[in-house]
Amino acid sequence: MKPAAFAYTAASTLEDALRELAAAPEESHVLAGGQSLVLEMNHRAVRPTRLVDINTVPHLGLLQTDDAPDDGARLRVGPLVRHRAFEQPVDEGPLGRLLALAAHCLAHPPIRARGTMLGSLAYAHPTAEWPTLAVTLGAELDLRSVLGHRTLAAEEFLAGPFTTALAPGEMLTEARFPVLPSATGVAFLEHRPTAAGFAVLSVAVALRVADGTVVDARIGLAGAAPRPVRAPAAEGLLTGRPPTDEAITEAAAASAETVADPPADPPAGIPFRQHAVRVLTQRALHRARDDLTERT
Amino acid sequence: MRITLTVNGEERRLDVEPRRTLADALREDCGLTGTHLGCEHGACGACTVQVDGTAVRGCLLFAVQCDGSTVRTVEGLAAADGTPHPLQTAFSHEHALQCGFCSPGFLMLTAAALDEDPAVADDPDRLRELLASNLCRCTGYAAIRRAVRRAAGSGGTEPPAG
Ligand SMILES: Cc1cc2nc3c(=O)[nH]c(=O)nc-3n(C[C@H](O)[C@H](O)[C@H](O)COP(=O)(O)OP(=O)(O)OC[C@H]3O[C@@H](n4cnc5c(N)ncnc54)[C@H](O)[C@@H]3O)c2cc1C
Ligand code: FES
Ligand code: FES
Repeated sequence: MKPAAFAYTAASTLEDALRELAAAPEESHVLAGGQSLVLEMNHRAVRPTRLVDINTVPHLGLLQTDDAPDDGARLRVGPLVRHRAFEQPVDEGPLGRLLALAAHCLAHPPIRARGTMLGSLAYAHPTAEWPTLAVTLGAELDLRSVLGHRTLAAEEFLAGPFTTALAPGEMLTEARFPVLPSATGVAFLEHRPTAAGFAVLSVAVALRVADGTVVDARIGLAGAAPRPVRAPAAEGLLTGRPPTDEAITEAAAASAETVADPPADPPAGIPFRQHAVRVLTQRALHRARDDLTERT
Repeated sequence: MRITLTVNGEERRLDVEPRRTLADALREDCGLTGTHLGCEHGACGACTVQVDGTAVRGCLLFAVQCDGSTVRTVEGLAAADGTPHPLQTAFSHEHALQCGFCSPGFLMLTAAALDEDPAVADDPDRLRELLASNLCRCTGYAAIRRAVRRAAGSGGTEPPAG
């Protein structure tokens, strides 16, 4: 099908884009990569009457690591950073490796050439890769409108399937990921029957180890709940112990207990999802441990 | 809206509604029907064209977004004197098409990838990732893979298992 008619504005600056959105907040959509929005418009699943194109705004492709004043370095990602930018590691450490693992799972090269990380966060598909990593790693997101600016944790921002904290007229302007310390092993695994759509489930893992003991365990799950979540019980079982096979098996079983009220689409029952989460978590934890031993 | 596209080296001045996708502008306004439309939701890749050298889905981009851009379609793949592009010759040799509906998309996808880095043909994982971008209901992909390798000078053989 073809999209319904709309008025198109190519924004020249960020302020210009925000003003355009504010002129008719309920009817306007930001056009970023268009790799979700345009297909939904083609199907008339959404019918915005105004599109504000941000592809014409200079300097929105910021991708750089900054030292935060109090706690560690942050990778800053602007609104026009395409998925493709993460295919090769953006830093030499585990964060770059983890983002690259996820980038290669995400859609296909032509879609990755257009789609943006911030667009994916705003779209909030329940098993999209970037929201899952943003929750797992505790990313912070900046939201701006003509009225002002606020910062939310990814966990607060993602409210449910296709639902975020964005108010009409508001735009995501930056995502910030904490840079992972070098003694962190990472893994990202998905269950997907086909490359032509979204994953059914995914598991992201970051295990930080000091003196043979896990000091920080992060396990993020997509497809287990209406939005990406962490598995705190499983993380707790790993922390403070060496990452032995036994600890990994226990944590994987605890991870499966996280499954509750999963997304309806694609259809997959709770017992299947629990089983798949356990298997994927176990594999991902083994891979994260291997990742660590390969580098140290 | 009035826009200007350079399509296969020729300047085209068009007057399009903002809702006109690039694929429709090429087919309906430029008369270039080599670019096919299958699903119009990004899944099949039949609409793949190159915008400023990058392979993109023509159904997921509005023509107004391409104002001032250079667009290459399957009609612009052969040399000016009509000599087929190496990929076109290789597709023919390897029987990489049956009905041909997907071929323009696969050609534009793989031509951009080989221009960017011909080594993709020798890396089984990268080649699989690339060819998984588009759907072909006829060939089973093996012949397309052989054709890309032949065009890249790697011979029309299967890549080493990996
Ligand atoms: C065949 C196919 C397969 C795909 N597979 C996957 C997959 O496996 N995993 C995956 O994660 N994605 C997948 N996608 C979707 C793709 O990642 C999109 O790029 C992404 O969901 C949206 O990003 P975008 O930049 O294209 O946003 P757009 O499509 O431009 O916008 C999406 C929505 O977000 C809003 N928006 C965009 N940017 C901002 C911003 N900065 N501030 C506020 N609102 C904003 C828009 O108004 C719109 O409502 C797939 C898409 C296709 C077509
Ligand atoms: S028609 Fe564009 S991807 Fe199918
Ligand atoms: S040759 Fe028929 S779809 Fe590919």
